Amino acid sequence: MTLRLFIPVDAGALAVGAEDVAAAIAAGAKRRNLAVEIVRTGSRGLYWLEPLVEVETPAGRIAYGPVAAEEAEGLLAAIATGGAHPLRLGPTEEIPWLKRQTRLTFARCGVVDPRSLADYHAHDGGKGLERALALGPAAIVEEVVQSGLRGRGGAGFPTGIKWRTVAQTQAAQKYIVCNADEGDSGTFADRMIMEGDPFVLIEGMAIAGIAVGATKGYVYIRSEYPHAVAAMEAAIVAARRGKLLGSSIGGSTFTFDMEVRVGAGAYVCGEETSLLDSLEGKRGEVRAKPPLPAHKGLFGQPTVINNVLSFASAPIILEKGASFYRDLGMGRSRGTMPIQLAGNIKYGGLFETAFGITLGELVDDVGGGTRSGRPVRAVQVGGPLGAYFPRALFDTPFDYEAFTARDGLIGHGGVVVFDDTVDMARQARFALEFCAIESCGKCTPCRIGSARGVETVDRIIRDENRAANIAVLEDLCNTMKFGSLCALGGFTPFPVMSALTHFPEDFGARPPQPRLQAAE
Amino acid sequence: MSSGSRSQQRSPWDKDVAIQCIQSCLDREGPLLPILHALQEEFGYIDEAAEPLIAEALNISRAEVHGVVTFYHDFRREPAGRHVLKLCRAEACQAAGGDPLALHAEARLGVAMGKTAADGSVTLEPVYCLGLCAIAPSAMLDGRVVGRLDERRLDALLAEAQQ
Repeated sequence: MTLRLFIPVDAGALAVGAEDVAAAIAAGAKRRNLAVEIVRTGSRGLYWLEPLVEVETPAGRIAYGPVAAEEAEGLLAAIATGGAHPLRLGPTEEIPWLKRQTRLTFARCGVVDPRSLADYHAHDGGKGLERALALGPAAIVEEVVQSGLRGRGGAGFPTGIKWRTVAQTQAAQKYIVCNADEGDSGTFADRMIMEGDPFVLIEGMAIAGIAVGATKGYVYIRSEYPHAVAAMEAAIVAARRGKLLGSSIGGSTFTFDMEVRVGAGAYVCGEETSLLDSLEGKRGEVRAKPPLPAHKGLFGQPTVINNVLSFASAPIILEKGASFYRDLGMGRSRGTMPIQLAGNIKYGGLFETAFGITLGELVDDVGGGTRSGRPVRAVQVGGPLGAYFPRALFDTPFDYEAFTARDGLIGHGGVVVFDDTVDMARQARFALEFCAIESCGKCTPCRIGSARGVETVDRIIRDENRAANIAVLEDLCNTMKFGSLCALGGFTPFPVMSALTHFPEDFGARPPQPRLQAAE
Repeated sequence: MSSGSRSQQRSPWDKDVAIQCIQSCLDREGPLLPILHALQEEFGYIDEAAEPLIAEALNISRAEVHGVVTFYHDFRREPAGRHVLKLCRAEACQAAGGDPLALHAEARLGVAMGKTAADGSVTLEPVYCLGLCAIAPSAMLDGRVVGRLDERRLDALLAEAQQ
């Protein structure tokens, strides 16, 4: 009997030795004359357990991890003779961290071979497209509107409304553009889906193309993600062969094709209009809105531009229906959010769950606190432009409006945990410095404000005219917030002001205050 | 997929090869970034002499080409070292102890972030997120990703980069 093993090719697994583990198992199998088939999958997203090795059994997949290359052959021997091993974690689906999730967008990630369209179809892939073709363009748009899906890139704009606008705009050529310029520190969901289930993104973009009447798509992937680029390019070739792309999608009369474009290391190109300029071959400078990309987008044509996760959510919405998706979540945040737990965290990884879970549950309960073992002091939610939250705000539910109400944002769902050694004045300085480095330069509040902000924080740290300089910093942040063209300049004040507001002691303004929830 | 190191050595500047690189991208919409990537893949950097060639092929001004080349962090104006070591300097890696590791790398290699060692062995660069934030701190050596970096693992990377 052939043993079927599953080992990820996800960059995060490779970075901790998955390739060496796969090689060691293959070599060990040869030496021991064991028939072994190694299937390379994406990651399940339980990164503290990577490299994770799974074996197929009649009772489902059994997980082992984290496996070091040196112990791989011993593990193989144990698996071949019954399966007992110190690294045995039991059935993968029963691991509590995975079991308590609601995996819709990530249902197949870590399960299927990302290079196999047949495997995709064997795991319910393609059903969304099938139903979409039966519904027709107008009903697809309506379904997405009704699902309540909001842009997962960070802005949270209703995806269906965007699609409807493009559908209603007349033009000879329309485009579907996928924003895979996932530059926010603490986020990796787009990378995981592109490496682990690329066909779901292709299917989602094809559905969008059919819905709005676009025949051409681009997925703009950042150059820092070479593994995702390779996985998407291979998947597109396979999708053309399998009629998921091309001139008769799924046997219909609809035409849609797409290609990968690689970014060039500019953070601001994650902003949709600068991404469009970059795709056109220009400097990635932000455009003033209006006109909206839905009216005049890529090459001046009506364009749907959405994040990877937004497109990747479309197939399940079409397959199961709008109400299935809408019934999950809270308030105006419907469905599930793939949350990424990162930084100094014990159990870091991808946690997809319905909106509404609190920040405290995520950090303490799911994440297990810090990896260093020290107390959690601050959590940055939503990437470099997201606010730093203290423990006192850990009751905030994961919801677009709840975070906005507390001067933060959920952004693309990244949660970066810091322990009590963090210096928040330094983090505020970094936020401004990063903005200065990455500003596209088009608008003055961002270009100049960020540079002046760094100098002002330096003066505060050096204790020069502290009160006056704090007033200057607050004023500057206000100008950036309301005067910048895009979220880079407009949201950089979130990390700066939250650091100053919640952690004033790090700016030396007052003697250290007793922390409200210090007694843990 | 690349899990092994790929040295940064590329072919020397050659005008005819450059023209071929440019021509190979002209059937694409908005071909400038693909052209620049192709040139950098071929030569390891964007030679200044490439700018007028691109301008002519795309019927845009040389200033426009120059503006694009200099806008993006990825495009080099001169060849890199034999190896390129990128250390993630973004928040998730900062939270996990990335800052002292960056200082350690600078001291050990004797170069500042963004510079190439005098012997041409390695270029040390900051990168703002490799998407390996749950296994931070992270690095990339010639396209090979490394996570859960600590001083021991970093030293091994540095030794490799100095070869």
